[in-house]
Amino acid sequence: MAQTYRKQLIDPLVDNNPITLQVLGICSALAVTSSLKVAFVMTIAVTLVTAFASMFISMLRNHIPSSIRIIVQMVIIASLVILVDQVLKAYAFEISKTLAVFVGLIITNCIVMGRAEAFAMKNPPFASFVDGVGNGLGYGLILMLVGFIRELFGSGTLFGITVLPTVNNGGWYLPNGLLLLPPSAFFIIGLLIWAFRTWKPAQVEEREHKIQTIEAH
Amino acid sequence: MSDSNTNNTKSKNPIARFFAQPADAPSKTIFVAVTLCLVASMIVSAAAVALRPTQEANRLKDKQVNVLQVAGVYEEGINVTEAFAAFEPHLLDIKTGEFTDKFDIATFEELAAKDDPSVVKDISDDPAGLGGKQQMYRVVYLLRDADGGLDKVILPVEGYGLWSTLYGFIAVEENANDIFGLQFYQHGETPGLGAEVDNPRWKDLWKGKKLFTDKGELAITVAKTAPPAGKDYHIDGLAGATLTSVGVDNLIKFWMGEQGYGPFLERVKSGEI
Repeated sequence: MAQTYRKQLIDPLVDNNPITLQVLGICSALAVTSSLKVAFVMTIAVTLVTAFASMFISMLRNHIPSSIRIIVQMVIIASLVILVDQVLKAYAFEISKTLAVFVGLIITNCIVMGRAEAFAMKNPPFASFVDGVGNGLGYGLILMLVGFIRELFGSGTLFGITVLPTVNNGGWYLPNGLLLLPPSAFFIIGLLIWAFRTWKPAQVEEREHKIQTIEAH
Repeated sequence: MSDSNTNNTKSKNPIARFFAQPADAPSKTIFVAVTLCLVASMIVSAAAVALRPTQEANRLKDKQVNVLQVAGVYEEGINVTEAFAAFEPHLLDIKTGEFTDKFDIATFEELAAKDDPSVVKDISDDPAGLGGKQQMYRVVYLLRDADGGLDKVILPVEGYGLWSTLYGFIAVEENANDIFGLQFYQHGETPGLGAEVDNPRWKDLWKGKKLFTDKGELAITVAKTAPPAGKDYHIDGLAGATLTSVGVDNLIKFWMGEQGYGPFLERVKSGEI
């Protein structure tokens, strides 16, 4: 049993990563990765919400009528997200100002819904909780990788601490402004997917279409 | 769903019988929906009520930080409460431009937050988009230099942008004409476009601009091109955020004009303060 929990935690990190393999949660990954601090808080928030949402949904899974199951999942997820938002506003005001609408958007993060629908509706609470933590961490891993690249080369800092002194502050590093803009995360995520699939060829999807040569009449 | 289908053992207890129904039974569907909504709303509102005092304290501190920032005295890690004590808060009667002690500042803010008719009046001419209501009194802050002379006045301003009301402060020099800075502490404009009102480089544009021409006409403009009065009165609008820029233009004209702080700025200029 412990072996399965371990697998549930490790699997979403690389082998079944919600961002690079399932390509879910991209929207928020673009938005919150311009600094590591924000990415880190988002990681914690999404991990907590995914884990607890999966757990509660799994606890109720035998009583959730299938006709309204999506709405029921949404109510549980939304309540948890509001809780997280309220706690952030009370104890991490600065960060909640930066995250602003993105905390609310965790509700629509496909990863949370995806795990609730695909895993928690069929598995016991603790396994669902572990699965939620695993997927939250898998999402967070990509967030932190992208945040690391964007903050280091975009503003020359890591977690707000200067690593590469920028020209504006009398240093030598000319920051790459593109990396501070959301589209740069697209490029980085794309490169990460490439890297992951080169490392693990099993992740490469089969071609849906193939160019064939047809003999001319 | 299989374990709820064990209703072949008929129970006498109606509640037990109800729960023994399959999850898809209509009555149970309604029961689950109602109960879940009730429980969820109770949890959410309990959290909101319990955390409100801490959130309010944060918001107050944030406002103080913004007053410090707009006046150019904020540095990372300073004691906000201590630095803020250097500012003299005054309750200003907008219409006369005189300070008043009709209300205590703390109780006034509560009244204003509730749109109490004793402090808020209806206005028909509402270019800043304040929802037809304007506060008759505002809390303004004075910053004095070492020998007691007036250095800056910090005035709260607000107005509607594209999606939201922008709340901020403007710092004006003691001649009641030169702008020292403008800063919004709360708004919900589009990140990357309208929210660039928070961009330090855009905020820097405000420094040293003038409100009034030599003839005393209000000339300050936020737009793509400079107004006839010249560059000194022009702040370049935000690219890609026309409606937010128009909102800022309207609100600055409103609050610096006759309906806003006009009478007070007149008094500042004459050196009465």
